Amino acid sequence: MLVLFWTDVLIFLLVGMVVIFVLYARQREHLRAPWRAVTRSGVAMGSMVVLGFYITIGLLDSIHFRPALNPDEGNGQVEYAHEILSVFDWLVTPLRVRGEKTYSAPFAAYLYTKQTVELADGRQQRQFPRLKYGARHLSDPKTEKTADIVVTGVLGAVKGLVIWGMVCTVLIAGLGKWKHQSLRLVLEQMHAGQTAVRWRSMLYTLGVLMVLCFVAGDLSMKYHILGTDKVGENVFYQALKSIRTGLVIGTLTTLVMLPFAVLLGIMAGYFRGWIDDVIQYLYTTLSSIPGVLLIAAAVLILQVYLDNRADQFSSVAERADLRLLFLCLILGITSWTSLCRYLRGETLKLREVDYIQAATALGVRHFTIITRHILPNVMHIVLITVVLDFSALVLAEAVLSYVQIGVDPTMNSWGNMINSARLEMAREPIVWWSLLSAFIFMFSLVLAANLFSDALRDAFDPRLRQQR
Amino acid sequence: MIAYIVRRILYAVPILIGVNLLTFILFFVINTPDDIARSQLGDRRVTTAAIDTWKRSHGYHKPMIYNENAQGLGKFTDTVFFNKSVRLFGFDFGRSDSGRDIGYDIGQRMWPSLAIAVPTLIVGILVNITFGLFIAFFRGTYIDFWGVVTCVILLSVSSLFYIIGGQYLLSKLFHLVPISGYDTGINAFKFLILPVVVGVVSGIGSGTRWYRTLFLEEIGKDYVRTARAKGLSEQVVLFRHVLRNALIPLLTGIVVVLPLLFMGSLIVESFFGVPGLGSYTIDGIQRQDFAIVRSMVFLGSVLYIVGLLLTDISYTVVDPRVRLQ
Amino acid sequence: MHRLAALLFCVSISPASLALWNNPYPDSQTSENILYSSFSERPKHLDPARSYSAGEYAFIAQIYEPPLQYHYLKRPYTLVPLTAINMPRVTYIGAEGGRLGEDAPVSDIAFSEYEIQIQAGIRYQPHPALAKDKRGEYLYHSLSDDQVDQVYELSDFMETGTRELTAADYAHQIKRMANPQSHSPIAGVMSQYIVGFAELSEEIETTLSTLEDGEFLDLRQFRLEGVTIVDRHTYRIRIRGKYPQFLYWQAMPFFAPLPWEAERFYAQPGLKEKNITLDWYPIGTGPFMLAENNPNLRMVMARNPNFHGEHYPATGDEVDQSRGLLADNGKPMPFVDRAIYSLEKESIPRWNKFLQGFYDNSGITSDSFDQAIQFNPQGEAALTAEMSGRGIRLSTAVATSIYYMGFNYLHPVLGGSGERARKLRQAISIAVDFEEFISIFRNGRGVAAQGPIPAGIFGHHPGEAGINPYVYDWVDGRAQRKPLAIAKKLLREAGYPDGIDNTTGKPLVLHFEAIGSGPDEKARLNWMRKQFKKLGIQLIVRATDYNRFRDKMLKGKSEIFLWGWNADYPDPENFLFLLYGPNSKAKNNGENASNYANPEFDRLFERMKNMENNTERRKLIDQMVAIARRDAPWMWGFHPKDFSLHHAWVRNTKPNLMANNTLKYLRIDPKLRADERQQWNQPTLWPLGLMGGLLGVSIIPAIISFRRREKSTAL
Repeated sequence: MLVLFWTDVLIFLLVGMVVIFVLYARQREHLRAPWRAVTRSGVAMGSMVVLGFYITIGLLDSIHFRPALNPDEGNGQVEYAHEILSVFDWLVTPLRVRGEKTYSAPFAAYLYTKQTVELADGRQQRQFPRLKYGARHLSDPKTEKTADIVVTGVLGAVKGLVIWGMVCTVLIAGLGKWKHQSLRLVLEQMHAGQTAVRWRSMLYTLGVLMVLCFVAGDLSMKYHILGTDKVGENVFYQALKSIRTGLVIGTLTTLVMLPFAVLLGIMAGYFRGWIDDVIQYLYTTLSSIPGVLLIAAAVLILQVYLDNRADQFSSVAERADLRLLFLCLILGITSWTSLCRYLRGETLKLREVDYIQAATALGVRHFTIITRHILPNVMHIVLITVVLDFSALVLAEAVLSYVQIGVDPTMNSWGNMINSARLEMAREPIVWWSLLSAFIFMFSLVLAANLFSDALRDAFDPRLRQQR
Repeated sequence: MIAYIVRRILYAVPILIGVNLLTFILFFVINTPDDIARSQLGDRRVTTAAIDTWKRSHGYHKPMIYNENAQGLGKFTDTVFFNKSVRLFGFDFGRSDSGRDIGYDIGQRMWPSLAIAVPTLIVGILVNITFGLFIAFFRGTYIDFWGVVTCVILLSVSSLFYIIGGQYLLSKLFHLVPISGYDTGINAFKFLILPVVVGVVSGIGSGTRWYRTLFLEEIGKDYVRTARAKGLSEQVVLFRHVLRNALIPLLTGIVVVLPLLFMGSLIVESFFGVPGLGSYTIDGIQRQDFAIVRSMVFLGSVLYIVGLLLTDISYTVVDPRVRLQ
Repeated sequence: MHRLAALLFCVSISPASLALWNNPYPDSQTSENILYSSFSERPKHLDPARSYSAGEYAFIAQIYEPPLQYHYLKRPYTLVPLTAINMPRVTYIGAEGGRLGEDAPVSDIAFSEYEIQIQAGIRYQPHPALAKDKRGEYLYHSLSDDQVDQVYELSDFMETGTRELTAADYAHQIKRMANPQSHSPIAGVMSQYIVGFAELSEEIETTLSTLEDGEFLDLRQFRLEGVTIVDRHTYRIRIRGKYPQFLYWQAMPFFAPLPWEAERFYAQPGLKEKNITLDWYPIGTGPFMLAENNPNLRMVMARNPNFHGEHYPATGDEVDQSRGLLADNGKPMPFVDRAIYSLEKESIPRWNKFLQGFYDNSGITSDSFDQAIQFNPQGEAALTAEMSGRGIRLSTAVATSIYYMGFNYLHPVLGGSGERARKLRQAISIAVDFEEFISIFRNGRGVAAQGPIPAGIFGHHPGEAGINPYVYDWVDGRAQRKPLAIAKKLLREAGYPDGIDNTTGKPLVLHFEAIGSGPDEKARLNWMRKQFKKLGIQLIVRATDYNRFRDKMLKGKSEIFLWGWNADYPDPENFLFLLYGPNSKAKNNGENASNYANPEFDRLFERMKNMENNTERRKLIDQMVAIARRDAPWMWGFHPKDFSLHHAWVRNTKPNLMANNTLKYLRIDPKLRADERQQWNQPTLWPLGLMGGLLGVSIIPAIISFRRREKSTAL
């Protein structure tokens, strides 16, 4: 049974909007030109592949359903489990269900902490028990493990390379057909980095990712490659699940704030007078409240709201999702003001431009002027802000979760992972893998986003100075 | 100039009223006075009568915004809103829900916040300008490229990692500084090292990149080309001309954050156990002492507005061409 | 290059000659007789009429002295006199006013009267409120505005004074509790017992309404019927009926003395604005006084120069003897000159500072547990080699508290005495594996509870006789949780085979009220869900904050919840009243959070509560516990075990969960501490050198390319 979360709906709405925008931009040269500049940048294209990888996981994780409890009964009365899974959960079922009792290190065969174990003769002893799933297939982990990891890893890498080779071949063949060039020429150009789109860096990045994916995939069938957490849940799984949370916060926040920021910003700059005063008052008031406090207050309110309506939520996930959405809204409210201010300033300049003055003189309706002439001319500011905000928001999520006003504590997120890792750092011997996993996953996303946004900014507005 | 400042201050009043009304509504929707009373009285053997007494002695028994039973102006002044929120305008913060004088606490806790924020800002700016100039000097070389890449890498790391990592390495492993805590007077020095180092390092990425752009923009201008054409060496151009001209955006960028230094840093202070205003706020949030949170929101807003005003004034100071009207 | 040179210089000099770099205290304190500890949350109140939490008692119990205290070493917990000369004498009085014998039946006793005689010659700590000038007038009782202006802290008053403790001061404090302005948490309980208490409350209330804001209310003008002052050092308290537990209250700071002068002093206008209130600056007769009160940073207790003197207890058992707890027997207390408590909100820095020797004692968080504790083959906790190598010692005690998971007895599905609901509750009680909970989340620091009464409290049975037969079997000499199959069977009988309601065909969905959202919470909630999933029951967690949670409990809107209770005094009544029907939280705002009500249980409780500990009482308690186990309004959860660690230089530590005034017993060896700290905290300097080196190396290519560019521009 398909389940739709609020954020799912919005995510797919966002995807739809992006697709429409792409189709629209394809027709217009002035919009295509800057994008072409982006595709010429190797770093940007490499980052785009990484981002694409994250987005794919995020999207797979956004299709939710309830598995049937009793599928084989043919009486038409199918009962559905209470638990809500996503397509991604279903794909990585082994990662999800193979839980240990408590901490285990990456690639470990034994638990990380001693447990009281009853021996055959009835005596009790504290020792490190074998894991239920990790390295279960080995009879003597001490001697066999390293070799097994290497072999599995190499096999995985080979698989990854083969698939990558196939992708390369298909791409080259496709390009050759499209451009009516010989395959060899395409290959040579690509290798030399002379193509209009930097296929080379994309393919290399893809190759690395493919190898990583297959190595990780193969190994995690046998081991917990990033260890397990306090209740024995796979950390690799948690880190992957956190991707969706990060993406949702990074994108939906901007999505929900855009209409306000664009509309109010342009209105303030265009109409001036009392409308300008009111809008300026609004955003100055909002931006003068310290953001964290506003978020704290709003999140606490949401708690009350959710508690009073606890019966309307049939699952924790639904509740957590609403909290996530609300967090996006609040972050949106605290972050639309700066964009609004830029847009107001830009519109003030634009409305003095000759052709808009002319349009006004000719009696063109305000609405038409705004949508035809002003909006397209400020779109680059919007785009750049959106991309720049993305990484800042992903980082903000972690900090908010630390202050305990972030996403729901039951939700997988890097912030929650770091938050619990704080205590693990004090353990002796130290439990480092949760923190490291969160770090790696978050870092690669933010880095890719930052590199991509740099290229985008250069392409769209080389003179626009970085605002923050 | 003075007329302008007066006008700006008058303009701030409606903003502050808006802020006050907003926070008041926000916080009293979350926590009814009953909740506040119960959380302050503890959870053992609390009776309804005790809650009523508490509310009365803390002024929460009055109607929220409009008092029907009062006479004349009292309809508005004899309310929780008037007594708890409007008084803030006179910087009369009143007493926290746990009974301490908030103004007194703010006065005390301001200094530790400043003791961390000011050195972090100054050292941070110096370090960032140095790196920024360095990279700008080698623009177009591999140093520039790798410098920018390093910056992007540094700013892609969450600030939490800097704090956790710094505390772990410097204090736990190397025993170089105390792990957390604070002291008054000269003894505070050793407690300040770690937060300041962490604060500076976590700001290097974004700071250096921003100064680099600033300098590069300045370098691209005509007067620099003229200076170079005169045969001045690169160092002279960079230090004497570019740096001085870049000072304007640099200064105004700093002035706007100056007042907010008082507010302290929420995360750093609570991680390092510094009794500043940042940890005061976090305490207030976590203990749901809304009298404190309300006061801090108000203070934050006032400081923000002061910051904007200072920025405007500093423009006229550094650039005589700008006239305030 | 200068910096690098300076750095190299630093590395080359011997670090041992330097003071410790990471010492959070001034170096001058190193060899002083100071105890260092920490507190995690700043105390809200230091007023003895109002404080009611362990964090607050850690301070005020050292300052305020009630007439009685718990013996430091003896177990089970025993009351002994503190400021009193003897244990209070009780007289029972009939309805007619006649005196009754000691064995008079409970129903005949209308009043009990306790006579308490305190020692003569006890004096208060030096305090400005007691300062007098030459003519014998109080110096600071009518402060001028100028005087107030010059004062920022209590220590700004130059003169201090003292006076002898009298019985009237004890009476005064009881009146203060009756004052609604004091917000005393036990005013409600006391008004049920102390004669005239409720009337006095009302009287004060009416007088208060005639006073202006901030006007001083002199409690001496009021009379409390139940408290009479016999002579300068003797007073009597008269309470309704028989209430033997009343003596336990006499060991709590609620019944400590308070001089009227203090109230008079603190009521002066202007002081409150400077946070100079009784709530922040206590005045007591105890071994210590609060020397520095800065709850944002540290609290410092210093020896009270006027302390009446007390000697270390001479009686203890053999274990105490072997642990060296009797070495100081008969010596005058307190032993330490000062105690410095630093604010430490995060557990990680606290633990690390303890390991570095900067805190003398520490609890154990579950995250540092494996580093500190290991279990020997017998399953007993012992220190790891690393810890014992440092001379750290461990003390453990089962706390007189319980963490239980309650069902709301008012809930249509879970609650009520019906067969179906009871079986459901019993099934869940078996399925939720608290042994695993203790092992994962508390590292074994707890004992799964068999009923409401923890060990060490009258009415608790160890061994086979004490197990809960609905959840446990006695196998091979220990209690073993019944297999899941039994739980499933019970669930089937209750009408929910495999978690599916057989009347509707829908899966059974229950809600758990979770509090807070700490970093550990997610793991705990996941675990909770897993437990219910074992039965096929879907558990929905409703996370909320503590205020909301309490509100929900008050309205009886909860389903399943986890809560705890800390004993006020070591008596079974203090646990069983949590299940007494009329104490229902939702109905009567009492402490019975699960709103459990069973008429038979309630009847037995009323008989049991006022009895002395004897076989008859034990029998009644057994019956009550059996009823409660069958009805299973709680999953009995667990009794936490307190583990605390001490460094080798701290002596005379024995966990005492009832006594709070334990600071005076502790002795430390500053010399040993200074040596150990020196050894454990040598700064590691190579990373600094490495950093400098790396910086230097990375600059070289820059210098080279700079030179090259110089040349090219020169050309």
